[in-house]
Amino acid sequence: MKFDKPAGTNPIDQLKVVGKPTPRIDGPLKTSGTAPYAYEQRDTPNAAYGYILGSAIAKGRITGMALGDAKAAPGVLAIVTAENAGKLGKGNFNTAKLLGGPDIEHYHQAIALVVAESFEQARAAASLIRVDYARDKGSFDLAAAKASAPLAKENGAETKVGDFAGAFAAAPVQLDATYTTPDHAHAMMEPHASIAAWNGDQLDLWTSNQMIAWSVADMAKTLGMPKEKIRMRSPFVGGGFGGKLFIRADVLLAALGAKAANRAVKVALPRPFIFNNTTHRPATIQRIRLGATRDGKLTAIGHESWSGDLPNGGPEGATAQTKLLYAGANRMTGLHLAVLDLPEGNAMRAPGEAPGLMALEVAMDELAEKLGIDPVDLRVINDTQVDPENPSRPYSQRQLNACLKIGADKFGWAKRARPGKVRDGRWLVGMGVAAAFRNNLVMKSAARVRLNAQGVVTVETDMTDIGTGTYTIVAQTAAEMLGVPLDKVVVKLGDSSFPVSAGSGGQWGANSATAGVYAACAKLREAVAQKLGVNSADAVFAGGKVKSGKRAVPLGEAAKNGEIVAEDAMEYGDLTKKYQQSTFGAHFVEVGVDAATAEIRIRRMLAVCAAGRILNPVSARSQVIGAMTMGAGAALMEELAVDKRFGFFVNHDLAGYEVPVHADMPHQEVIFLDETDPMSSPMKAKGVGELGICGVGAAVANAIYNATGVRVRDYPVTLDKLLEGMPEYA
Amino acid sequence: MHGPGDFELSRRGVLIGGAASVAATAAPVAEAAPEQAGSAGAGTPVMAKVGFKVNGKPHALELDTRTTLLDALREHLLLGGTKKGCDHGQCGACTVIVDGRRINSCLSLAVMHEGDSITTVEGLGTPEKLHPMQAAFVKHDGYQCGYCTPGQICSAVAVLDEIRAGIPSHVTGDIAGKPAMSADEIRERMSGNICRCGAYSNIIEAIGEVAARRKA
Repeated sequence: MKFDKPAGTNPIDQLKVVGKPTPRIDGPLKTSGTAPYAYEQRDTPNAAYGYILGSAIAKGRITGMALGDAKAAPGVLAIVTAENAGKLGKGNFNTAKLLGGPDIEHYHQAIALVVAESFEQARAAASLIRVDYARDKGSFDLAAAKASAPLAKENGAETKVGDFAGAFAAAPVQLDATYTTPDHAHAMMEPHASIAAWNGDQLDLWTSNQMIAWSVADMAKTLGMPKEKIRMRSPFVGGGFGGKLFIRADVLLAALGAKAANRAVKVALPRPFIFNNTTHRPATIQRIRLGATRDGKLTAIGHESWSGDLPNGGPEGATAQTKLLYAGANRMTGLHLAVLDLPEGNAMRAPGEAPGLMALEVAMDELAEKLGIDPVDLRVINDTQVDPENPSRPYSQRQLNACLKIGADKFGWAKRARPGKVRDGRWLVGMGVAAAFRNNLVMKSAARVRLNAQGVVTVETDMTDIGTGTYTIVAQTAAEMLGVPLDKVVVKLGDSSFPVSAGSGGQWGANSATAGVYAACAKLREAVAQKLGVNSADAVFAGGKVKSGKRAVPLGEAAKNGEIVAEDAMEYGDLTKKYQQSTFGAHFVEVGVDAATAEIRIRRMLAVCAAGRILNPVSARSQVIGAMTMGAGAALMEELAVDKRFGFFVNHDLAGYEVPVHADMPHQEVIFLDETDPMSSPMKAKGVGELGICGVGAAVANAIYNATGVRVRDYPVTLDKLLEGMPEYA
Repeated sequence: MHGPGDFELSRRGVLIGGAASVAATAAPVAEAAPEQAGSAGAGTPVMAKVGFKVNGKPHALELDTRTTLLDALREHLLLGGTKKGCDHGQCGACTVIVDGRRINSCLSLAVMHEGDSITTVEGLGTPEKLHPMQAAFVKHDGYQCGYCTPGQICSAVAVLDEIRAGIPSHVTGDIAGKPAMSADEIRERMSGNICRCGAYSNIIEAIGEVAARRKA
């Protein structure tokens, strides 16, 4: 099915199931510990255990590897290294090789896998491998590399509209400030984990992965084998946040280990290995220049960002939102990319916008103060209903101002005082606001639906549920389309033997994958109508029956002589080119800062979101509060500390890399505006999973400023950065 | 490791760099004397017998003494509900209840549990017959990816018992008095269970509902 015209009225608009707050259908499995994650599937009871050895240097080469002691250790079945693994390619989505050696590209790059009868034996034997290295000098310091970092090669790395320099110079009110965000880790709770088993030349993989088709293709490319010979399953994913978009060392080495040992092999990345072995969100240095008239109209908007990555890597696209968020005739953006020999930088939840808004939305707060205009009003004044770089493209929907105004009202924004003026016991109290913005991406997505004689509908798609609630919204979509209750729908996900879906990433999953299910269900409706001899155009699918005129037949009747199967994909025309499709929100945060110690506590959080139709308010709300939590972490504590001498992230575990815990988070509120976007898909939905993290860090930082009068432009905002400037203790 | 003059780094420098890492992986900079390293891993594994109850059912196991309680549950008894998030006692995903008290099963060797009675998430309830805490997590969407969830639920069940038993926490105002069944107490006590999906607000509501029901 092709989606190239705005959606008209369709069966989803009935909203009998879609749009209703629906507890997750996979909830009983998850809460009883019976949902099988990758390392827990039991199809390979005889699996051996693999343990990975990582490089102890960041750059250079291996000059010798002594495997003898490890090979002789009890239980050891095989050892895989680059030397004996055979010729390996590299996946389209990988920057560094997943199995290093002799050349080493980053610290903890995998260099060997030990396969043994037990986990304990594999781990012990891995510690017996002796490695000699020749260390090369690497580049690990973004600030030092900044001056010589060229513009990135990506499309859109540099944009210019009007005369930025002239307009900025002439602006009566100017802001020119530089912000830094550190490297961030996804730190999903389930470590990357895989089981591999060969059956002749057929490779079976159980793994934890967001994008099945991408990853099957990259496994095939890396191993030099046809992708048709690979089956990958990932029915439950214990968090990804972008860290599991691609194949990683666990799945490749499990496959290589299984071949070498002639046994199924299971491999999980040890937690302290994940931070340097896998990908991370790269640090940024961002310079923002804003010029405005005295009444708050932006006349000049400039945003430049510097980040680093391994050779042939990419930039953190921190300027993305600045191209679109506010009106202003004269604009420029520039993305610069330094070569750094740190572990591979790549996508993490809302890549680009998450760190970009942490800077831009503080800059707006600073400008508002210079102008003496309320920060909510400044944003409202600079609203645009068209793409400001290309004004002939309107937004499909843009209710940012409504988000800001409703949020201000609900949050009690009017009570916000001047910085440092509100005291509650030992706490200095402040409020902050920021806009949330993230584009709505649409991706081709396919599904297969089966109808049996009992009227049970089974949906099969390689789409994944990474905590996003996919199982439930897919079931809601099929139930709505075919007029059956939720308990008559079975959803099967994350299997490469199913039709290729959009996968989970870029907050495109919910809208795109359900649109694919919509297409398959539309086809099934046709087939059912044909089977029952009714005209599909006037057939009504409701209450488990197909009604046509006075006739009402149970849905299962159509399949009494055999299952009916329909498969289709949703593909997209040029509506995303004609219309700028984005999601919007406003974050409001109240913090308390201890007047004596500058300890920061978040007291209240509210997000108001405009993101198209909300398919399941329960799981959508969870996506937003979860993203707000991750954004609070970015604002207050998350920072991969770089050892600039040896080139690695020092705090590479969950004790050193601090993420928010229960005690850090207050009750959170989310309001979704009642909205549908017919330009997006027949579902009229958009994404929310990344919107929630966009801007929230800035709202926290702005609230801290409002509490204390201390402006910190170097994330995370920790108490040591506040202490010196804190108001006199009274 | 590094040949002399190979790179301008002292052995001490390497050690500082290594020591700075918070938790070394199993194969750190190979500074250990080879003969020691050899003997540590090359010998036949030391096996030991241990018997304990899991979810009311007695088990007799013969295990490599290095096996954690977590791996005994997951890899030997095939109870995959107890999760391995960090294997270092930093995340709480492996929380189980041993003789009424919650512990991180990754920080405990299986052979230390002779005669113990262990409850895992599978022992609290089943998909068909959920424990009230499990049902409350479903109702309040107190999870997303679900990987930390068994640990959160085991912790939550034990936390309510701890508060009822009068065990104080860091946020208890009067440690000689009776701790309150408050959101602050619950948040503090649950803070060893990380949820990266950020379901905390909902988890507190789920636990609060069960707590209120049990108080009544």
